[in-house]
This record gives sequence, structure tokens and C-alpha cells, in this order.
Amino acid sequence: MNRLLIKNGRIVDPANKIDGLFDVYCVDGKIVEIIPPNPPLEKGGASGDFKVIDATGLFVFPGFIDMHTHLREPGYEYKETIKTGTMAAAAGGFTSIACMANTNPVNDNSSVTDYILKKAKEEGIVNVFPVGAISKGLRGETLAEIGELKDAGCVAISDDGRPVLNSNLMRLAMEYSKLFNLPIISHCEDLSLALDGVMNEGFIATKLGLKGIPNAVEDIIVARDIALSELTGAKLHIAHISTKGAIELVRNAKQRGLNVTAEAAPHHFTLTDEAVTGYNTNAKMNPPLRSPEDVKALKNGLKDGAIDAIATDHAPQNIDEKDVEFDKAANGIIGLETAFSLSLRLVDEEVVSLNALVEKLSANPAKILGLHTKGSLKAGNDADITIVDLNKEWVVDASKLKSKSKNTPFGGWKMKGKVIKTIVGGRVVYEG
Amino acid sequence: MKIKRKDILGIEDLAKDEIELILSTAESFKEVSEREIKKVPTLRGRTIINLFYEASTRTRTSFEIAAKRMSADAVNISVSSSSVVKGETLRDTAKNLEAMNPDCIVIRHFSSGAPHILSKLVKCPVINAGDGTHEHPSQALLDMLTVKEKFGRIEGLKVAIIGDILHSRVARSNIYGFTKLGAEVRVAGLPTMMPYGIENMGCRVFYNMEDAIKDADVIMMLRIQLERQNAGLFPTVREYSRLFGLDAKKLERAKKDVVILHPGPVNRGIEISSDVADGKYSLILDQVKNGVAVRMALFYLLLGGSRE
Repeated sequence: MNRLLIKNGRIVDPANKIDGLFDVYCVDGKIVEIIPPNPPLEKGGASGDFKVIDATGLFVFPGFIDMHTHLREPGYEYKETIKTGTMAAAAGGFTSIACMANTNPVNDNSSVTDYILKKAKEEGIVNVFPVGAISKGLRGETLAEIGELKDAGCVAISDDGRPVLNSNLMRLAMEYSKLFNLPIISHCEDLSLALDGVMNEGFIATKLGLKGIPNAVEDIIVARDIALSELTGAKLHIAHISTKGAIELVRNAKQRGLNVTAEAAPHHFTLTDEAVTGYNTNAKMNPPLRSPEDVKALKNGLKDGAIDAIATDHAPQNIDEKDVEFDKAANGIIGLETAFSLSLRLVDEEVVSLNALVEKLSANPAKILGLHTKGSLKAGNDADITIVDLNKEWVVDASKLKSKSKNTPFGGWKMKGKVIKTIVGGRVVYEG
Repeated sequence: MKIKRKDILGIEDLAKDEIELILSTAESFKEVSEREIKKVPTLRGRTIINLFYEASTRTRTSFEIAAKRMSADAVNISVSSSSVVKGETLRDTAKNLEAMNPDCIVIRHFSSGAPHILSKLVKCPVINAGDGTHEHPSQALLDMLTVKEKFGRIEGLKVAIIGDILHSRVARSNIYGFTKLGAEVRVAGLPTMMPYGIENMGCRVFYNMEDAIKDADVIMMLRIQLERQNAGLFPTVREYSRLFGLDAKKLERAKKDVVILHPGPVNRGIEISSDVADGKYSLILDQVKNGVAVRMALFYLLLGGSRE
């Protein structure tokens, strides 16, 4: 019997409407009880065979869920593996991650899904939920076998990394996905407008002489996909939302009662395109870092609920793919290990409450992905728990991060809020 | 005299007094090129590498002649873009060149920011000879020298830069340079070739060429890349030329003592008509002549001529 007791922590569990000092009892990987602290427990009695974690002065949250990660395995093991990616996730307080389909081979059939899940079981230290491809080979031409992907364990479908440019194919994917109740995660980018842009279109791009990507690149496809969601009734989730216009479109869609959700990445609400100055390739990602006005809109969207979830878009890239001319550099940054501390700044800035932040990192992604036994600490749920010291300060040392790749723009940043323990299925998988 | 910086990566980084120092140093070097023996021993034993990733005749030759007239050993490396695709990275090239202990590297590259990467990897000075659509500082310096020689000053002049501002590193460097020296800079071109927020660099934006050149002291015509038509930025060369080409008729609107610059190579009959390019207002060949002097000055100031 695996028995775990987390004592005296401040539990914040928005989905369960709990915020206070409680003890959490876990047995065999499940949460069995949350009760007010019981001092006599320390002396024998029922607590005798529980392994005790003293969380005095610490916060205890439902394990964080990152619904947007690139684990790079199979195919790009030199960037990240399921082993190193899940280690990075654990270090960042994530107990579950959804991994995107743009591996090699693409996760567009059950054998790849099986491989990912098998590797995750053998080598992974947090829960891994594969996202299947919408189209075969991510080519945007014909649908992948979505039913088979669902049966194999995929929790959503997405061609992430690429948009589905053909509107009819997107419509068909939405209609078809309803059969399996899978959300469609849309990477919204009008490639015919983005052309060979490499950063946000704005004065910084003008100064640096870099080709810009206007906001309309995202807005156009978000508008299209909302229209298609309205047409089909499918569950649409907008990945890595970055523009003011797109947020307004999602807000409006929600007001109209459509089944549309959205996620934002910490780098998009923390940095602006100014970070590219000096041709910093660790500030190159897609969608690009946007203007201060967009950052403000992201914060407003997080505040009023237009944006449901915080997701990292953790995108490991090898140094050789980043240490090159800016226009040749690969897109993306790693995000799992800095996401929580960066997000906590939103609480300090009074953009969101701590409860709302935890919700966007746990309950909401669980709900969107249909992970019914996760995202909350209620009895019967999986014992996936993140214990955090909100006041502990630390400095990001890229070389010490668990991820196999070190492509972060946050190296040297002073952070507040540190993950102390990450617990998956009642077992401690990370201690900070 | 030595300039207190390692590299010349862009005019944006230069202070007004640094620009003035470069221009006055260049003026003093002009005389070398007039001699029968066009050589001074200043940089004897120094090695200058011209690393060109983009085709260039004028700029590469100008840097090479400048190096040779300073008695430096100039080595030219032309890397065609096809060999870059399968060849080594800029980082590896930089490290290999560094191992040969050069005293200065001049780089032209099709990627904006490439000289910045290089400068972090090598100990010697790096001169940006044009990077992508970012900057072309030596071009702007020779343009400023040419204008200064003609008018005796730059402050208070009106400079109109006409053409494809979006893709022009020459425009960016000149906007910074002329603005820093107190000129009023105007840019004019098609809205499809005007970069976002360019007015934040301190210039005025015009979409009508006649308005831009009216009462201008200097008209700088930019080369139009003909492949921009394929990208749809303008419908035809003919229409472009009608709207933004400089010919004798449009020139009637300009001041009587206006001067005309062009960084070359010239598309005759497209952005500038032959009679104007070869006419009395044109300083195009003065620019080329001054280019050598400016590059000699840059070598001198960066490499510190006194180390004999």
C-alpha cells in the first residue's frame, strides 16, 4: 500500500472550491480525503503507516497540466526525449502534459501513439497524453484516422506547428471529431499572409530589418475557425493565442455560447518583441512575441476568462538550430520549468487571483482535454499534486534545467515561486 | 586617433561625434587616392578579410582597394548562397577565420544581424558591409561625406530618400546618419514598400514623390529590386517608374541646386533615367570615390594606425 499524507499545507483547489489549511490523504495513487489539520495524527494512530510530507508554509495545488508540449520523441531525440521532457515537466510542477503530434514519424496513427505511451510508461515520470494529428502527415490534405487515435489514447487532435489551411478540411475535421468528442486544437496562422516573416511586424522589426508577421496572420484563422466551430458545433481550442484581435474574437465567441476555449503561453504575456533586439534567437517563436498592446490584451483575457488555460508550448531546439542567423533559426523556446514562476507574476501584478491562476494551470486544461480524474484534489481523483513555495526566489540557470535543450530567453532571470515537490499518482517525482 | 568601439555594425549605434570623426578622417585620406603612388604604410602587416555572402562589385572592390591603399593584406572570400546551404555555419566560418588571426573582418550577408553574430565570435573588429535589410553603415557614411563636401554642412539640409524603403539597408543607415547630423530626412515610396513605424526613426513619410523632392537639397534614389514585382509589391516596372522613377520632368519640381545620389548599381530607366543619372546634379561617381576614403578611415580608426 502506497500511503501519503501532505500535512498542514495551504490547499488551493478551485474546482473543488477549497482554499485553506488542510491535510491531504492519498492511498494507492488516489486522493482519499481532505480534512482540516489534525494534530494528534503525528502520534501513531491511523497516520502511522502514511509517509508524511510536511507542507507547513507551503501551497498545495492540483498537479499542473500543460496542454501544449513538444516532447520531440520519436524522431528528434537530440532535442528532447520523453524522459527528459517529463523530467522538465516535473521540475516545473506539471504532473500531466499533452504532447503535440509533430514528431517524426508524425503521431497520425495508433502505432506512434502506442510508442509514445509505452515510452512514457517506461521512462516518463509524469503523465503523458498524446495529441493526435488532424491530417495525415500534418500535410493538411486528408484526415488522419482520428477514431483509431482516440482509441489508442489521444486526448485531442491538432496539426500544431502548422495550420490546417484548407477550410473544408478543417470543417470536416470538426464534424468528424464530434463523433469522438475530441477537442480540436488549432494552430492559427495564415501562411499566405505570414510568408517568410520571422518576428512580430512592428517598429522593432523595422529597426532590425527583419521580416514582420502581422497580427492579422493569427486573427484571420481564429475568425475562420470560430465560424467553422459555429457551423459544426465542434469543440475548438485555440493554441498559443497571441494577438489582441484573436482574444477579442474568442471572447465574443464565448459570449455567443460557442464551444471555444483558448490557451496563452507565459512568454507571450511576459515578453514583447523588444526581446528580439540584438537578434536574440531565443526570442524567436511562432506565433512571435507581440507588442505591448497585445501583452496587455493577453492579461485582460486571462483576467476576464477569455483565455482559459496557461500552456507552455515547450519547444526544445538544439543549440545548432538556434545559434545561427536570426532568419535561419528554429522557432520555439523551452517553457516547462519557468512557466509557473512567470505565471505567478500575474498574481503579484493583480491580473489574476491565485485561485484563478491555479485553475488555468490545472482544472481548466483537465476540463478541455476531458481528463476527468485530474485537475482537482477531490476524493477519488488521481493523487497528482504540486507543492510550491510562493516566496522562494531563484535564478534561472539555463545550463541546469532538466530539459535536454536550453533554448530559453529567461536565463539569468530572477524568479519568485518555486516548485518544492511534484507528486504523480501519489509518488514524489521531483523535489526542488 | 582611434574610435572607442570594437566594431562598426550600424549607424544606429554611432554617436554624432563618432560620425563626424569618421567623416573628417575620411576627408584626410582622400588625398592618398590622388597620388601617383596610392599607398600609405599605416596598416602594413595587417590582415583584412572581406567575407561576402552576397554578390557585390562596388562595395567589395571599394573595401579591397581601401585596405590595399593602407598597405594591409586584403583577402576576399566570396561565399555563394548555394554553398551556404550545404556548407558550414557562420559560426564555424567565424571560428576558422579567427584561428587565422585576422585584424579586421568586413562582412556582407543576406541575413540581418549576421555581423552581430560574427562580432561576438571574433576578437578583431567587424565592419558591416550590408546585412539583409538592416544596415549598410559604410554606404551611409560615404553618402554623408559626399553631401558634406558639396554643401559644406549637413545640418539643416533636406534629404529625400526615394524607393523601396522596406527592403533598404541603405535607407535605414542614412535615416539614422543624416538625422543625427541635423538634416531633415524624408522617405517616399509605395505604401507596399514602407516599413511599419519608420517615422519613429525621425523621418517624415511621403507617398507622393513630387511632394517629397520639392525643396529637397538631396535626392537619394534607391535601387529597386526587380524581383519585388514578382512578390506583387508593384504591378509593373512601368507603373513603378511612372510613380517613383526620377526623370527630368519630375526634377523640374526640385531645387535648382539639388544633388542626386544613388548607391548603385543603377537600373537605368527604372528608378532613375539615364539623363538624370549622368546629368549635372548627379554625384553618383563622387559617392564611389568617397567610398574608398570612408573605408580607409574605418580601417584606420578601428585598427589604430599607430601600432607600427
